[in-house]
Amino acid sequence: MKSLINSLPETVFTTKVDDLLNWGRASSQWYMLFGLACCAIELMQTGGPRADVDRFGCVPRATPRQSDLMIVAGTLTYKMAKRTKLLYDQMPDPKYVISMGSCSNCGGLFQLAYSVCKGVDKIIPVDVYVPGCPPRPEALTEGLLRIQDKMMRERWLVRGSAERQPTAGA
Amino acid sequence: MLIDFANVLVFLVLGAAFVGVNLLIGKLLRPDNPSPRKLSTYECGEPATGSAWVNFNIRFYIVALIFIIFEVEIAFIFPVATAFRSLVESGRGLLAFMEIMLFIGILFLGLIYAWAKGDLEWVKKIKA
Amino acid sequence: MEAKEIWERLEEKFSGRVHGFKGDVFDPYLHVEPQAAVEVCRYLRDDPGLKFEVLSDLTALDWPKEEKIQLVYHLYSYTHRHQIVLKADLPREAPVIFTMEEIWKAANWMEREVFDLFGVVFDGHSDLRRILLPEDWVGHPLRKDYVEQEEYDGISTQRAPLVEKLLR
Repeated sequence: MKSLINSLPETVFTTKVDDLLNWGRASSQWYMLFGLACCAIELMQTGGPRADVDRFGCVPRATPRQSDLMIVAGTLTYKMAKRTKLLYDQMPDPKYVISMGSCSNCGGLFQLAYSVCKGVDKIIPVDVYVPGCPPRPEALTEGLLRIQDKMMRERWLVRGSAERQPTAGA
Repeated sequence: MLIDFANVLVFLVLGAAFVGVNLLIGKLLRPDNPSPRKLSTYECGEPATGSAWVNFNIRFYIVALIFIIFEVEIAFIFPVATAFRSLVESGRGLLAFMEIMLFIGILFLGLIYAWAKGDLEWVKKIKA
Repeated sequence: MEAKEIWERLEEKFSGRVHGFKGDVFDPYLHVEPQAAVEVCRYLRDDPGLKFEVLSDLTALDWPKEEKIQLVYHLYSYTHRHQIVLKADLPREAPVIFTMEEIWKAANWMEREVFDLFGVVFDGHSDLRRILLPEDWVGHPLRKDYVEQEEYDGISTQRAPLVEKLLR
């Protein structure tokens, strides 16, 4: 049987169901631990006891198969870029990416280096950029809340409303 | 008498429905965008090499077997009092007690055997 | 043992093949001919008075004006608590030297790193391939005349315009 996404006529009922689904997804973002460099330390601390991110329902997962959020924390080198693309492709839909820290936003401190990819958005689509070197746990939590807002604004059920189409050739 | 089995049928149906309806709702509401890269085997970002069919340790089988045997033993011990109700009510409860102790004793011998043979140890000691 | 004594021991044993001792710097060093480098290092490791059992570091310098790539070996001795630095000059067009892998196992990866970043070929190395950069990288980045490739694996290497202005 086909999925109900993008198939129903517009009623107030569908908005409520969308809100319910989005609330469920936003309140339990399971993030993939993708700590590459120093931002990983701050990522660990954001999941730690003081700036607890588990109270928002975010738990760390080691595998892309069980995660719906990928927090790229750290410098991305060209050698790692191929693997990052494959891991992003192996995440199930709907998936989101937070680029944490200046190295994954734009190459950061190491922009002049030959081996550093100038930003993770050269290979995967990013939803929220969190600036900082490294961003404080409060900043990363703000980024997670922005992703929550983004999730709550999405519409799925009404015909033609779902924006997140699969990337071609992924 | 036979109508009492309707209870079991209702539980069976409810259990199956609970699982089935949840999976059905998921199938209707989730996006479905398979692609070759997405379906490829996960190997920490590298393309997968080799087969995933590896020999696994025989200790898993031994532990599972011992567990099953003693779990079934516990399942037998639970309803002893109700199963031997007629004996207990007529004052010969000690006989029922002796029967079940005999049952436990035989299986206890089996436990001693497994213990002495070292099957309860996960890390095997290698004789030098 | 002081660096000067080490230099004197080496000079009397390998006269003509070691030269250029400099003792008044923080890390005293001496130059060695590339052909004799393996013999000198084996003597440095095995001689009971010197006993340099550890190769702390193996790195290189690119001197394009003098047309040489200079290999730098940092040696340390735990028994005698002394250290010395050896420098070997190789021609820039075809930098080749025999490997130190049999003498110190640590040289295995260090020589792979120097090969990766400078292009120095180590004769007799068991597994000389790139260690830091991806296998299909073109060029040796730490050379002074290295030119970055336009794109790698489909990812463009262009930087933001502001950074381009800051580049010399």
